[in-house]
Amino acid sequence: MSYEVPVAPGEEQQDIEFGSSSDHGFPLWEVFVRAKRGLNHTHVGSLHAPDSETAIQNARDGYTRRAEGVSVWVVPSTEIVASDDVTMFEPFEDKPYRHPTFYEIPDEVGQL
Amino acid sequence: MDPDAEEQMFAAVIAADEKIEPRDWMPDGYRSSLIRQMAQHAHSEVIGMQPEANWILRAPTLLRKAILIAKVQDEAGHGLYLYSAAETLGVSRDELQRLLHSGRQKYSSIFNYPTLSWADMGTIGWLVDGAAIVNQIVLQRTSYGPYSRAMVKICKEESFHARQGYSIMMTLVDGSEEQKAMAQDAIDRWWWPALMMFGPHDSESSHTEQSMAWKIKRITNDDLRQMFIDQTVPQAHYLGLTIPDPELAFDEETGHWNIGEIDWEEFWATIQGDGPLNRERIAHKTKAWDDGRWVREGASGYAAKNRSLDKSA
Repeated sequence: MSYEVPVAPGEEQQDIEFGSSSDHGFPLWEVFVRAKRGLNHTHVGSLHAPDSETAIQNARDGYTRRAEGVSVWVVPSTEIVASDDVTMFEPFEDKPYRHPTFYEIPDEVGQL
Repeated sequence: MDPDAEEQMFAAVIAADEKIEPRDWMPDGYRSSLIRQMAQHAHSEVIGMQPEANWILRAPTLLRKAILIAKVQDEAGHGLYLYSAAETLGVSRDELQRLLHSGRQKYSSIFNYPTLSWADMGTIGWLVDGAAIVNQIVLQRTSYGPYSRAMVKICKEESFHARQGYSIMMTLVDGSEEQKAMAQDAIDRWWWPALMMFGPHDSESSHTEQSMAWKIKRITNDDLRQMFIDQTVPQAHYLGLTIPDPELAFDEETGHWNIGEIDWEEFWATIQGDGPLNRERIAHKTKAWDDGRWVREGASGYAAKNRSLDKSA
């Protein structure tokens, strides 16, 4: 369903606590689904569960109700290590010679 | 990156119609607008299970019952995708739930109306999910990556919801006089609340301008509502139902259906907690959470025991 509920007259601004207290609940798991044989597992979202076994069960119910997958992985979110620096990926832009299209080959040469 | 470069990158990504991702720098206002909108959206999915769950045990056939269970389960799933997406912004699921239970975060006003007959299951699927689809198809293009991806997944499932609803309506209008009357009564009660789902007029909507600039929102409330009206009026006519609006008229020039004015007093009253069922919905949600405490504690205890056994093994 949808919705953005408008601010009602007199409504208080919410004070949201960031990063607060998920320690009172279940840990967060990242879910990866293999859509069909021959494909990689792909990240689809996350869920909360007390342990890996329950996380797998919940991932099945939460993310594959319509045959969206043949296998799931769950990984504790805290175990994911991510790159932080977008400039890390910039050097590729000045190395066009790494791509096959950089090289002009005459049509007569055929498949290459 | 230095702060100026981060801000420029944010602006460039938005301008290029690309997606902002969780670890990107973003303005505080962008983050809090998204949390607010995604949380309300997630809460709506979860509270939205109540009016329909009300009819699971009274569904007219076993097939209709299985369909309704599948639909209600989907709503729980949609809540999950949205909470999951909201959590990427650094807010915890527990915190969002606290904000819902304490009434500080809201959900769509539509779920504060009662479901009085089986025909309401038809109208909810057809009109309420129909309105949701119009809104959500556009939100697939929202600028925040996780929200956009959640919308793509939800839209795929939502079309089943609308079609099963319309199928209920087709069966009813094909039935006895009593069944036809039930279908008409349902649209009489749900038509206006469904139109209210799109929110106040653009001129009254405090969030629209900034949300449009950030591309969180892509089309305004009034334009979305008009899209919904134009697609739904012919569907009602196909069923032989009357839309409860004496001012409803087709405008040959614009090609749009014009409607009478929405009862905004009712809308604001419902938003502010005085709809027919606001208190019951939250009381039921809070009770379900409290009643489930022993299950959560048991599951956590079992997981902790297994972890300590693994260590000692």
